[in-house]
Amino acid sequence: MNGRLYTRYEIVRTFRNRRFFVLSLGFPLILYFVIAGSQAGDKDFSGTGVSAALFYMAGLVSFGTMSSMISTGARIAGERQAGWTRQLRITPLTSGSYFRAKVLTAYAMAGLTIASLYIAGAILGVSLPAGQWLEMTGLILVGLLPFAALGIAMGHLLNVDSIGPAMGGLVGLLALVGGTWFPVAHGFLHDLGQCLPSYWLARAGHLGTGAAPWGATGWLIIAGWTVVLTALAGWAYRRDTNRV
Amino acid sequence: MNAGIQIQGLTKTYRGPGGEVPAVRGIDLSIEPGETVALLGPNGAGKSTTIDMLLGLTQPDAGSVTVFGQTPREAVDAGLVGGMLQVGSLIRDLAVRELIGVMASLYPDPLDVDEVIALTGLTGTANQRTHKLSGGQTQRVRFAMALVANPALLVLDEPTVAMDVDGRRDFWLTMRRYAERGKTVLFATHYLEEADANADRAVMMAQGRIVADGPTTEIKARIGHRTIRATLGGVDRDELARLDGVSAAERHGDAVILRCADSDRAIRALLERHPDARDIEITGAALEEAFLELTRDPDAEDPAADLMEVAR
Repeated sequence: MNGRLYTRYEIVRTFRNRRFFVLSLGFPLILYFVIAGSQAGDKDFSGTGVSAALFYMAGLVSFGTMSSMISTGARIAGERQAGWTRQLRITPLTSGSYFRAKVLTAYAMAGLTIASLYIAGAILGVSLPAGQWLEMTGLILVGLLPFAALGIAMGHLLNVDSIGPAMGGLVGLLALVGGTWFPVAHGFLHDLGQCLPSYWLARAGHLGTGAAPWGATGWLIIAGWTVVLTALAGWAYRRDTNRV
Repeated sequence: MNAGIQIQGLTKTYRGPGGEVPAVRGIDLSIEPGETVALLGPNGAGKSTTIDMLLGLTQPDAGSVTVFGQTPREAVDAGLVGGMLQVGSLIRDLAVRELIGVMASLYPDPLDVDEVIALTGLTGTANQRTHKLSGGQTQRVRFAMALVANPALLVLDEPTVAMDVDGRRDFWLTMRRYAERGKTVLFATHYLEEADANADRAVMMAQGRIVADGPTTEIKARIGHRTIRATLGGVDRDELARLDGVSAAERHGDAVILRCADSDRAIRALLERHPDARDIEITGAALEEAFLELTRDPDAEDPAADLMEVAR
């Protein structure tokens, strides 16, 4: 009983917010068509052995879904400013149900981002075996877990004014160092990138381009970040709602 | 379980840029189940802070609050409490009926959503999106969200602030009907008239302390005195002051000003003794002045004494 309808309407109202919906789905799509569309004929992109259409689809799936997850924070910051979070605090809604609704909403948006980019990829001639589509999708969904927690933490730590720049900067930085746009082959950035969840998310996206699956390191790093960021989100939420 | 609300030694101090600001300075309050209590006071009296602590939104620095024998948080989790906070807008992109329905779904024993929509005068707006409502409609929806919880304790923090005259009348009517179901209601207001018309009991706060607590009639007699002005020549001031219902008298030439604890008795006594009094005017409660007087001296040892002085 507790929280099911709340979760459903969280998702419904996110989809109804047309500007948010169109922009968060549309932006990765536009980027994709602009970048990959112009090189659609390139069958061996920069010596990667895969087409530009496939390479950029993989990159934009990890970038777009990462943005989808973190944008939860912007919605939370808005709800806090509106006094809605306080209103929820005087209902029996448990913090677990609250988190579940936020995470599922973020995953719903990420799922749509994945689907729309796959379709766009298919339009530009990407074709993969069914098993590879599925493996890639599954691993991306797991790789998004730390970002779900990060979005919630940011929403409860930052306000409406600061969350925009923070989100933009963080997503850009994580994507860059994580090798979402172009492979970071060696050196300090490469080593740093390997410690970040965005690297493994990008690797998941690049399964389709022939990258190897995670291995133990990847799973551990994703699990570690999920635990740490979930703890941070829980702390931020409690601090926020117990405030004066 | 039947303990109602017990507040003991409740204290809260905020730390602001200008140092420590005491918001609530050790209040004791006991509310029986089924009572309708008005928390009366000017801005900055500590009403909202008290309510936030009662709802578990703010942790007290000292003292305790129990709601039906439980901590505020436990009472909220058990669905015993419904509240309308002082500030707050609605989340967008839901229809009014959907939003009230979500709230209902969070409580163990909610009221029927359509019944609440009818009670709060939202029938015509039930399918509108929440971000397209007027200020008055938004307040009605916020009230509906508190009501649909069917709470044993309904807490309303200055609920009528953004409402128009019709909205206020409907609101209080619905609130009283709800209270008649045996529910406990606590509302904050800075209007004596609202407290008088809608509560059994008024608790008056000023500067973080309770300065008066009693039936609204009693509070009114203490602070809500009326003033009679009349033109009347040749009567001694002391004689006027001794009239039934009059607590103080002044005269300036033929102009007579009577401060009355009970203006009904005073006007009868005045006309009986002095049928030639003319240009008679009765003006209402001087609550604002009482508040001003109380807030003027921040270090008053005993605000209640000040209050009594003002009332006199």
